[in-house]
Order: sequence, then structure tokens, then C-alpha cells
Amino acid sequence: MQASHQPPPMPAEQPQRLPRGGRIVNDFSIQVATVNGSGSQTANLVLMRSIFQMGVPVSGKNLFPSNIQGLPTWFTIRANRDGYIARKKEIDFLVAMNPESAREDVLALPPGAAVLYDEPLQLTGLRSDLHYYAAPFDRLVAPVCPEAKLRKLVRNMIYVGILAELLGIDPEQIRKALYKQFGERKKKAADLNWGAVQAGIDYARSNLPKTDPYFIEPMDRTAGKLVIEGNTAAALGCMFAGMTVCTWYPITPSSSLAEALMAFMERFRRDPETGKATYAIVQAEDELASIGMAVGAGWAGARAMTCTSGPGISLMSEFVGLAYFAEIPVVIIDVQRVGPSTGLPTRTMQGDTLKNAVLSHGDTRHPILFPSCPEECFTMAIDAFDLAEQFQTPVFINMDLDLGMNLWMSDPLPYPDKPMQRGKVLTAEDLERLGGFARYRDVDGDGVGWRTLPGTPHPKAAYFTRGTGHTEQATYSEKPEDWIRNIDRIARKFETLRKHLPPPAQFLAAGARIGLVGAGTSRYAMEESRDQLSREAGIEASWMRLTAYPFPPELEAFIEQHERVYVIDQNRDAQLLGLMRLDLPAHCIAKLRSVRYYGGLPLDARTVTEQILAQEVQG
Amino acid sequence: MSSTPATPPKVNRIGLDLAPYRGSKTTLCAGCGHNAITERLIEAYWELGIEPWSVAKLSGIGCSSKTPAYFLNQAHGFNGVHGRAPTTATGALLANHRLRAVVVSGDGDTASIGIGHFVHMLRRNVPLVYIVENNGVYGLTKGQFSATADLGAKLKSGAVNPLHPIDVCLLGIELGASFVARSFSGDKRQLSAILKAAIAHNGLAVIDVISPCVTFNDHEGSTKSYAYMKDHDEPLHEVDFIPFFADIEVDYEEGESRMVELHDGSKLLLHKLERDYDPSNRIHALEVLHEAARRGEVLTGIIYLETNRPTFTEILGLCDEPLALLPQERVRPPREALEQINEEFR
Ligand SMILES: Cc1ncc(C[n+]2csc(CCOP(=O)(O)OP(=O)(O)O)c2C)c(N)n1
Ligand code: SF4
Ligand SMILES: [Mg+2]
Repeated sequence: MQASHQPPPMPAEQPQRLPRGGRIVNDFSIQVATVNGSGSQTANLVLMRSIFQMGVPVSGKNLFPSNIQGLPTWFTIRANRDGYIARKKEIDFLVAMNPESAREDVLALPPGAAVLYDEPLQLTGLRSDLHYYAAPFDRLVAPVCPEAKLRKLVRNMIYVGILAELLGIDPEQIRKALYKQFGERKKKAADLNWGAVQAGIDYARSNLPKTDPYFIEPMDRTAGKLVIEGNTAAALGCMFAGMTVCTWYPITPSSSLAEALMAFMERFRRDPETGKATYAIVQAEDELASIGMAVGAGWAGARAMTCTSGPGISLMSEFVGLAYFAEIPVVIIDVQRVGPSTGLPTRTMQGDTLKNAVLSHGDTRHPILFPSCPEECFTMAIDAFDLAEQFQTPVFINMDLDLGMNLWMSDPLPYPDKPMQRGKVLTAEDLERLGGFARYRDVDGDGVGWRTLPGTPHPKAAYFTRGTGHTEQATYSEKPEDWIRNIDRIARKFETLRKHLPPPAQFLAAGARIGLVGAGTSRYAMEESRDQLSREAGIEASWMRLTAYPFPPELEAFIEQHERVYVIDQNRDAQLLGLMRLDLPAHCIAKLRSVRYYGGLPLDARTVTEQILAQEVQG
Repeated sequence: MSSTPATPPKVNRIGLDLAPYRGSKTTLCAGCGHNAITERLIEAYWELGIEPWSVAKLSGIGCSSKTPAYFLNQAHGFNGVHGRAPTTATGALLANHRLRAVVVSGDGDTASIGIGHFVHMLRRNVPLVYIVENNGVYGLTKGQFSATADLGAKLKSGAVNPLHPIDVCLLGIELGASFVARSFSGDKRQLSAILKAAIAHNGLAVIDVISPCVTFNDHEGSTKSYAYMKDHDEPLHEVDFIPFFADIEVDYEEGESRMVELHDGSKLLLHKLERDYDPSNRIHALEVLHEAARRGEVLTGIIYLETNRPTFTEILGLCDEPLALLPQERVRPPREALEQINEEFR
């Protein structure tokens, strides 16, 4: 049933759940429901940014369909004075602009929530326990936007104005955010949109008396911070890592990483004198090719990378095994989405944890970095290139759609403080001095052999790279002892690498008997859930955020310090827990419990808390 | 006992004898066409006086793909993944566009599992020499038909191929390779000249070399056997290659031969046989291939040649130094750049 077929609005009863104290300040979520392709993104960003500029911690999550135009899309903003920026399960303020989803969206609200809606939708009859605000968007937009063609886009700015008035967002901050968003070159468009914001403010002032309890008030918790998507930060990390070759194939949610990279490299990585590129970015024919090119480039000495998502990783499997075994550096950024196959391509999941750790066939193990915020997307991209070259091996960065494509507050990205680590590469001069080398001999006791690059002008430089069994001199061998010696040395390399990974983060609560463990974006729900458990159920809990696989020695110690440890997974099959099972001693495994969410939305704290409480009650 | 002094080994223009151009001992079957191609490659690089270390050899998987181990001992080699050498080779050239890359592939490697990469490599005109050692079967997996097997060709078991073949030369011409040739592993003279021209060419050179598999596809009823080639090889022209450093007055008769100057100043002389063939005419090239196929003949020679098509690394506008060797100052933007970027996101 369409919402517009509902009976005419009934006089709204007083909402049942009135706020204690009347005002809820800087602690609520706003959801804007629109139609994909209706150009609401700019309005939503302006709204989010202006709250951010008022110093209030905020996060913005775009819940969008896998189509270009016409399906429902939601943008959720959470403002939280305590800095909790995980998705909030409950929506406190709904902006209903989409006739398709309005009814369902309204029915899903908790009692006491507020709804701003497009007047013709006539939503007030649906429930009597909400605060309703109706605005005639079409009528309001006409006078401020004479060009009918543009009205579809501009009308979104009206709800920004209305919300500003209702929530107490400083119009000056809206103006600033809006002009920043449009930039110098689109001043006319900005003026037009600013007119719409003002029309919204005026309309609300004279027609919409405030009944809901939600307010934004200035704070000082965002000074100096950035608002940035994880993919953008990761792209910047690659650029500052000195990446020279990126080969990729478009796939949501990683495409915007490659596209951001192209834009930044074009600006900052052309030779100032010649204008020529100090990098190559190639859109390959498929992911088999993108990894193949990256591996070829890594073999020949480039800082090479590819970025993709689950389906692409599946196609890359054979090459990753070869690169592992032939010992070729390459960085693979996996912005995970919901699979298998196309699955829910615009929703988030941590579904490649297990797969990436052991991708390919035979004996393989790959290091994975788990960034949890834009700053780590940046620093870990740099770490990944260093690790790949130091250890001559593929290195994964497991991001997810939530991190990659949503907007996050972030500390400024820090300039790398150590030089690029290019690993063990012998030059012609080295070879002259040494008189030769054996590619796969462990001369330094760390499992890592020395390599040479193709094109090194020396008769002793060459070696033959192969996926077949080989000796220390890289010659063909099928001898069992050669095979075992080689594969054991590669395992040793993995042990050395373990000591070079970024350390985990942890919080040890006094007297805590339980611990929470998560990686990547699970941190936000994990940290908030810890506080919920403490505040609401009196259960003290510690947490550990893993930043890399292989797992750090601290993990074992953390588990030993607690009676039960809840491992948070954003997948059905408890992949992170499964990986821990493969690596940890039995007495640790026995303490592990699982918390899982796999609906495709960013993980929220309530879900984690409820699952832990249910298990704690069972004991 | 004679006491003649040992003659010093013959050396090429950079003073090297054949040893650094050779590889390890072949493990392929005696008489395999692939071995002959390896021999021609050794000669070609030696005769051209190319520094072995400047070459990168790449391959997929198959008997043919093993051969990079059997030539140019002093060049880096990469025997990678089945069908995907175009990708590793492209990547290697992105990292270092000064490398002289050569890919050795098989008909299975190129025309089946790797066809996707092959056609995109063509389209990009990646500057490398790409040799398809074409025996119409999968040698390494013991003789199944490949996608270049001719319609009606017979396997040893008697099985008849019911499908039309993929002609890698047709694809090459159609999709953008700037040098397309076909030859026969048994034709020493022609193959040698074509390989040298391909090495001298700036751009993608695709060479389809009919290379009989003596173990699985050299019997009666095979269209990739020595006997079949003896009867059906139809050279387009006689090919002479004159390297840029040769001190020879090139002298030919207009109408009898064509002369093409290659990128490095080397010259290619194509002597007229039955007809005067112009390899720069793409439409004509496609025509003669189709005609020959209809007649059941195997057209050999330089079928298509375009000397000034931009290569992939040129199109990308890469800086002169290999990307792989750029120092940190050139690949890590300065602190101020990051400060500026941070400011943009505030
Ligand atoms: C992914 C994958 N699938 C299958 C194989 C098995 N395989 C090895 S070589 C080959 C065919 C090789 O044929 P071709 O390229 O014509 O080379 P030839 O041996 O005839 O020279 C196949 C199917 C493999 N190595 N990898
Ligand atoms: S099986 Fe055929 S292709 Fe392979 S080495 Fe033997 S003759 Fe050559
Ligand atoms: Mg074959």
C-alpha cells in the first residue's frame, strides 16, 4: 500500500514517550530516506558537516541500493557527544522524502521519534506516538529555483534548512559547509542551494512548532579533525607509500579507492619538470589481469598494488598463491562487501577474513592488516608496501564497505616518519662485490632471501622465477627435501614478519572477567557495547582490537587474562574466531565465544550487547 | 694428434659468445618443434648483440611455456600462471619500460585459458615479442585438442575436431598488434628473420609459430604435423632482416622487394614471391588470411606491420626512468602536500 492512499491525517496524539528533562542534546540519529539518483547526497553531506563544524562528534552512513536510479536509499547521521560513532540501531529523526519507503520507515521508528515528511505523503495517520512535521517541498522549492529542471536536486536542501531550524544547527555552519561542498567553481549552484536552505529555515520558523526533544548544541570535540571516506584515506596512503603501479578492475565498494587514487596521483605525482607520470594506473580487463599485472610489476621492482572486493579476490586466488610461493611483493586492498557472488554489493561485511589469510591452494599464509579508521587506512597502506617488499610476499589490507565508502571523522593523516623500506634487493654493484647470489637462500636467518630486479646490468643478476619446486639457486627441483626446505623457510619468513606488524589496541577494565575482540570497523560497536554492558548490566569488560594477522602475542595474553572472550564477526560463520582457532593454543580456544552480525548494515553496539548478555545469562 | 691452436669462440658485436644466450638443457621431447624455436631465439638475440640482462622472459604454463628456461641464462625469467603471461609481462613493463620483454606461450595458453588477456594485450599494443608455439594440442596435459586445432583435424585416438579454429594472427591484426607474423618451427631461415625483426620492432609483435608436437600431434590427419606443413606452408614473401649495425649497402629492386625501416634503424626486406604483398594494409592482410584458410594453406611471413603505432607504455606517459627505480624523493610527495590535503578535508 502506498502511503498516499492512507486516510487523511488524524489529529496527532501526544507521543507516548516524552524525553526525561525534555531535551536530548547531541545524542541521536537522523535518517534521510530518499530515492537513489535524486541528488540528496550533497544535502546530506552539508547536514553532516555542519554538525561536525559545531564540534559535535558525528558519523555519516550511506545505505544505498545496487542500482543507479530509482530505488530507496537512506543516509544516516549519528551525532554523539561521547564520541560513539557506530551505527545506532534506532532512528530518532526520520526525514521521509521517498514515497516508496515512507510507510515502512515510519512503522519501524521507536516511539517518540520525529518525522519530517513531504506533505503529500500524509504520514500522520500511521502512528500516534511520533512527532510529525510536514512540509510542502514542491511548493517551497518553486520560488527559490525558477529552473524546473533543477528543482529535483535543490528541494533536498529545504530539509536541511528545516532540520537546522528544528534541531538548532547554526545556519552559518550550514552556509560554510554548503559553499565548501560546492567549491569555488560552482558558486552559482551554491547560491541556489543556499536559497533553498533559507526557505526551509523560514518555513519551519513560521509553520513548524517544535515538539521533539532533539537538539544540537556546540561542543569542541572535532577541532582539527577531517571528514573523510576510508577509501580516500587508503588511496592517499598508497600515494604517500610511494606506490608506482596500480592495476585494478571496477567493483563496488573498491572503485572509489582507485578513482581517488587516480585523482591524487594526477595532482601530486607528475614530474614537475617534464609533466610525466611517476606512476602507472591501469584499468585491467578483469581481476585475473589486475593481480597478474601487479605481480609482474612487483617482480620487476615496482611498489605494486591492486584493489578489489570479494568476487575479485576469488578470481585472484591462483596468482596470489604463485606470488606467495615465488616470493613477489604485492599489496592487495580488499574493500569487503556482502557475498557470495554479487550478494548485496552495496552492503558491508567482513566476509573475507578466512579466505584472505589462506588464499590459493597448497600451503599458503598471507599477512592481513585490519584498518579501523581513515587514519589507519592511510598508515596501514604505507605499512603494507613496506611489509610486502621487506618480506617479498602479498600483503592484504582488509577494509569493508562501511569503512571505505562512509564518511568518518578522522585525525589528520600523519606524514610517514620512516623512509620507504624497499627490502633486500641486490644491485649490479652488490653482485660485483659478492660474486653472485642464491635467490632463495636464507643468508640472514630471517627466512628472507635476496632478490635482483629484471634489467639489472650484471651477468650474475638473473634468476628464474617459477611456480614449480625449486632449489635455493632457483633451479627446478622435484626433490622432497628441496620442497620442504623451501616451504619451511617461507613459513619462517612469516614468523619474522609477525614482529613487524602494527601492534593491537586494547583496553583492560579493572576486574573484568570477560573480554571482547574485534577487528576493523567492529571496533566502534565493540567499544560502545563495552560501555553499555558496564552501564546497563554492571558487567565490566575489556577489549582488544586486532590490527593484523598473523595475530600478535598480546592476543594470547589477553585471552588468558579473561574467563570468556567474545570474538566479534561481521559474517555468519565466525571467520575471525575460526582463524583464531587455527592459530591459538587449546586453552585459549576453549575461552572463545562468538558474536556475529551479517545483515549487511554497519554493526551496531546494541546487537553486540544483546548477544553477549544472552550468552552471559546462560553462563 | 694435431696441434692447431684452439680457435677463439665467435663473439657478437658486444663481445659475447653464445654461452650467455643459451639456457639450461631442454626437458622437452626430442624433435619437439618448441626446441627449434628456442634455438632460433638464442641465435636471434646473439646475432643482434642484445645484452642478455636487458631481456625479461615471461611465460604461462605448458611445454612451450617451459622454454624460457632454455634460452638466455643471463636474463630474468618468470614462468607464471596458465594463460596469464600477458598480464605479468604488462606489469613488468609498467615497472620497467626499458626491459625487452619476450613472452613464450602455447596455443592452449593463448587461445583458450588466456584469450581474454591476449586480446587486451593486443588492444594495448604492449611493447613485447609474443610467440605462440602452436601445435594444435595441449602438449603438457597429454594431447587434448586446443582452440587452434583445425576443423576436421584428427587426434591420435581418431577423435575429430568439430569446431572452427581461433586464428591468433587474425585477432592480432583486428585488435591492434602492430607486428603480426606466422612461421614454422622447421623454417630456420624465415623464423630467424622474423624473430629478429620482431625484437627490433617497437610495439607488440605477435608471432604464431606452427610447432609440431611429435608426441601427440604429428600423425596422419593432423594439420599441425611436420608432414602437413611441408605440403601446406605458403610463404607470403621471402624475409631478410638487416640489423641497424650491419655494414651493408641495402640494395633491392623496386617491384621485386619491399623495404621497411624499423624503429631502431634496422631494415626489413620482403622479397616478392607469387605476388607483391603490402603488409601495411590491414584489410588486405585479413583477406589473405581468410583466403588461405579457405584453401587449407598455412600462410607464413610478416602478415601485418605498422611501425608507428603508439605503444602502451608511451600512451601512459611514463617518466623516462623505470618506475621500479625511482627514489623516495620522486614517489613520496612532500609534507606540505599532505598538509594541503588534510586542510581540504577539514
Ligand atoms: C589453471 C590451470 N588449468 C589447467 C592447467 C593444466 N595445464 C597445464 S599446461 C596446459 C595446456 C598447455 O597447452 P599449450 O599452451 O598449447 O602448451 P603446449 O604444452 O602444447 O606447448 C594445461 C591445460 C594448469 N596448469 N593451470
Ligand atoms: S609433449 Fe609435445 S609439445 Fe610437449 S615437449 Fe613433447 S613434443 Fe613438445
Ligand atoms: Mg599446444
